[in-house]
Amino acid sequence: MRTVTVVGASLSGLYAARELRSQGFDGRLVVIGDELHRPYDRPPLSKGFLTGRTDEAGLELADPEETAELDAEWLLGTRARGLDPRGRTVVLDDGRTLSTDAVVIATGASARRLPGRHPAGVHTLRTLDDALALRHELTRGPRRVVVIGAGFIGAETASSCAALGHEVTVVEAAPLPLVPQLGPDMAAVCARLHQRAGVRLITGTGVAGLRGTDTVSGVVPAHGALLPADIVVAGVGVTPNTDWLAGSTLALNDGVLCDDGCTTSLPHVVAVGDVARIGGLRAEHWTAATEQPRVAVANLLAGRTVETVRSVPYFWSDQYGARIQFAGRREDGDTVRITEGDAVDPAGGGFLALYERAGRTTAVLAVDRPRSFMRVRRELVRAKERVESATR
Amino acid sequence: MIPVCRLEDLPEGESVRVETTPPVAVFHTEEGELYAVDDTCTHQDASLSQGWLEGRQVECPLHAASFDLRTGQPTCLPARRPVRTHRVTVEDGVVHVHLTVAEGTAAWARSTPVVPSAPQAHSPSAAEGTRTA
Repeated sequence: MRTVTVVGASLSGLYAARELRSQGFDGRLVVIGDELHRPYDRPPLSKGFLTGRTDEAGLELADPEETAELDAEWLLGTRARGLDPRGRTVVLDDGRTLSTDAVVIATGASARRLPGRHPAGVHTLRTLDDALALRHELTRGPRRVVVIGAGFIGAETASSCAALGHEVTVVEAAPLPLVPQLGPDMAAVCARLHQRAGVRLITGTGVAGLRGTDTVSGVVPAHGALLPADIVVAGVGVTPNTDWLAGSTLALNDGVLCDDGCTTSLPHVVAVGDVARIGGLRAEHWTAATEQPRVAVANLLAGRTVETVRSVPYFWSDQYGARIQFAGRREDGDTVRITEGDAVDPAGGGFLALYERAGRTTAVLAVDRPRSFMRVRRELVRAKERVESATR
Repeated sequence: MIPVCRLEDLPEGESVRVETTPPVAVFHTEEGELYAVDDTCTHQDASLSQGWLEGRQVECPLHAASFDLRTGQPTCLPARRPVRTHRVTVEDGVVHVHLTVAEGTAAWARSTPVVPSAPQAHSPSAAEGTRTA
């Protein structure tokens, strides 16, 4: 294997490049990124970066020394446009082609946009450039901010805007935010964080449209009164970046379909991060994007799937001064037991909740209880390893 | 030199956060050694005193970055920069931390923690090699 191309200068793309080198690949390594920026860390964008506590340097994922050690060719500001049916040629948007022996797909996902035309003042928050544009607008005095969607990006953005002193309203289509992730009881607990911070949370209504011609002036909810707005942030989910693979032979369905080892139908093409549907699941989490590359690269270098991704899902969110951490696989019908602290007042010292099914712990949620959370998360990992070694 | 707490109030396997600027985490390992490092993970805002203490390493409770308490060096990603280490002494049963003044110098690498209760002296030179991911 002489050339490996990583498409996507993302978190998972960088981790894949690191794994290629640390697992012994010493050939030509090309990394293609459609943004002009070197790989950077996204989680702070909606938090410390928006509030000005983190600068661009604080987002860097690799220092110059490590970048030099990776000895990669970086094609930044370059979009991949296609992959030939054999998976041996990457076509770039300027028409150039790149012959390669193997491909790591790490193209991530893009923020979903609201339908229709976007007047000025309407933002998404996914990339560094998105965050720079929003941050710039937030520094121009008090604004009325309407955040559409109360998922992690929406809630964190609302929290940051409130911390900066803006008047914030959050509109969520579901009856409660975060129900798919946390279940109804714990979602209700986290919803209280918004209100405690003085943010208005309107649930159970979609958005019919935006007001304003050149500049946005309001959000029209499907039910209820017009919400005046100077800034609108759409946090309405993401779409995996698979368009460029349309002419390839890879199976695509809300992501690049892979086996449990991140391998596609072509053994020399693997996918990692938000764009990858691995063993039927697509994880949009930071930890998954950092864990998958080790397995993907091992399989790529072996030429077949010799390892599978075996991890307990984990995500965290910082909002309204509270740190929410969740690990495991919750299912509807799990019972929730508060084992520490007080869930009625989530900001008052935090709490730990265990999700249980048939006497087993399936997942754990913590608000401001990092140490207890870590202990249970480790127990979940160990339990999973026991089950897997027993069934192997 | 800052008094932290009485030694008996910091059992082995436990840690405590000292509200200095920046805050410092003091660890009492299962082996009976005391170490102090800057409390904030160099990767992202998280308190190492809330982390997972295993041997002479602490794992950050947010993203599982891990640090060697003897040197402050990260032992795995995502952290890439070391935390400063500080000298710890015990006087009249009280744990004290001696704040390292210079930042980013070699001073932190040479500060040697004391072994208060169980005097199984560890050689600073042995097993100092840090693993990088």
